[in-house]
Amino acid sequence: MILLQVIVSGLLMGSVYALFSSGLTLIWGMMNVVNFAHGDFVMLAMYVAFFAFTLLKVGPLLFVPLAAALLFMLGVVVYLGLVRHVVRGPPLAQILGTFGLALVLRYAAFWAFTANFVSLPDNLVGGTFDIGGLRIEASRLLGGVLALVITIGMHLILTRTALGSRLLAVSEDRSAAMLMGIRPDRMQAIAWGFGAASTGIAGALIALFFYISPTVGESLALVAFVVVCLGGFGSVPGALIAGLAIGVIEALSGYLIGAVYKDVLVYSLFLIVLWVRPRGLMGTS
Amino acid sequence: MSLLSVRNLSVRYGDLVGVSDVSLEVPEGGVVALLGSNGAGKTTTLNAIAGLVPTAGGSVTWQGADITGRPAFAVVGLGLALSPEGWRLFVQQTVEQNLRLGATVLADRKRLPVLLDRVFTLFPRLAERRRQRAGTLSGGERQMLAMGRALMSDPKLLMLDEPSLGLAPAVVETMYETLGRLRGEGLTLLLAEQAVELALEVADYAYVLQTGRTVLDGTAAKLADDEDVRRIYLGLETE
Ligand SMILES: Nc1ncnc2c1ncn2[C@@H]1O[C@H](COP(=O)(O)OP(=O)(O)OP(=O)(O)O)[C@@H](O)[C@H]1O
Ligand SMILES: [Mg+2]
Repeated sequence: MILLQVIVSGLLMGSVYALFSSGLTLIWGMMNVVNFAHGDFVMLAMYVAFFAFTLLKVGPLLFVPLAAALLFMLGVVVYLGLVRHVVRGPPLAQILGTFGLALVLRYAAFWAFTANFVSLPDNLVGGTFDIGGLRIEASRLLGGVLALVITIGMHLILTRTALGSRLLAVSEDRSAAMLMGIRPDRMQAIAWGFGAASTGIAGALIALFFYISPTVGESLALVAFVVVCLGGFGSVPGALIAGLAIGVIEALSGYLIGAVYKDVLVYSLFLIVLWVRPRGLMGTS
Repeated sequence: MSLLSVRNLSVRYGDLVGVSDVSLEVPEGGVVALLGSNGAGKTTTLNAIAGLVPTAGGSVTWQGADITGRPAFAVVGLGLALSPEGWRLFVQQTVEQNLRLGATVLADRKRLPVLLDRVFTLFPRLAERRRQRAGTLSGGERQMLAMGRALMSDPKLLMLDEPSLGLAPAVVETMYETLGRLRGEGLTLLLAEQAVELALEVADYAYVLQTGRTVLDGTAAKLADDEDVRRIYLGLETE
């Protein structure tokens, strides 16, 4: 029973991992750019949730969409102001571009919010459910389920809508997309917007049950990289499965071996998979 | 007045010359062929008109307006569509998705089903393969899809880069029948071809490119009959 409990909480966390990792994989898939600031986007979204609650006195019903909207805008601005220019440069410029952004965001957060840990009150989404003997905190249940729904929604947008088809067209063949009348810059800005909005939602959800600090994005970014590598670069369904798997592995190893070792286990597994299958578990090309 | 006129076009790829001096006119309702051997500059010319490659000199005029240097996504909206060399299909997407992408610039979205029907009538094979990924199509089907996709923007002028390249003779035959049908519907065509005889059959006017210049032009009938032209410029056996 305890084991099942651990697995369920792993799945709920993994679903949030899947959500923000989908954003990273979308940006990668669109333009072969790694967003090293992805974890810091999550961190910003957590602070958006925190300040929306403490200053504006609004709950998750409002601060989750607010964080999504703000991060969407941040993603668009980062693409238009930075990424669009550095992608024309050598590969190192691309890496340093978003890496530099990560540092700027992180130290701006230190300066603005101080290094102190803060958190939202536990009872914001109150209570614990008892489902057939499984005890699940309402905040984690909300986070996990909502993240799952949005990740699947993102996949449906990419595969079933005209917008998704245009986004994919740009990633497949930029010139051919232009021949269709598609403006690649606009599509890439939208992809960055979506990618960042996914961190917005995920960050606001994580803030419901996790402490917030300027460096909290660091470990989350690592999770996202692991998930994207395992799931295959550019694949949202891959990110979903890998995200859930990482959530469960983390939870199980935390329970069986001890919380201190769970990160080590996840990354060892990651290295082994990369060694055996460099394209990722579900990667195609 | 010509629908499209290109004057003294030049295009460079870094230090390399793509074309150095190309001039041509495409009258409304006409079918114009752009002939020339490997590397003569046919693709470069079409790509420059479509806005895929920047021009180094000369001008492109569309319905009296100068459109030189406009980006490709703006050009297609004006009514010039290109079915490019190598087809450039979105191979991960379905046949229907490719066709719908072709209709991106369509102002009147209600026309989309009508245009889709037209393409499926022209190419029944595409209707059968509608939900299949473009990457699974045969060469002939890919050519049909590239052409159908270009038609989905409801262009006034359809530019085709080597519609016969790499296709089986029977497929080429049907392809050219389709071109005949399209011209019957009043569509203006500009086609680049190495398959000279076929092109001269369907075209009413032709330009011959040699190392990046238009060296010769005339009605298709005149070019097809002139022995010297056939031998020297078109590389055809004289009877
Ligand atoms: N992307 C490119 N970079 C550099 N040079 C190019 C490029 N594309 C074409 N060229 C050069 O420009 C010239 C014209 O080439 P182009 O492809 O327009 O000829 P073409 O008539 O279409 O030939 P083909 O019948 O082989 O398709 C050639 O000398 C070619 O080598
Ligand atoms: Mg060519």
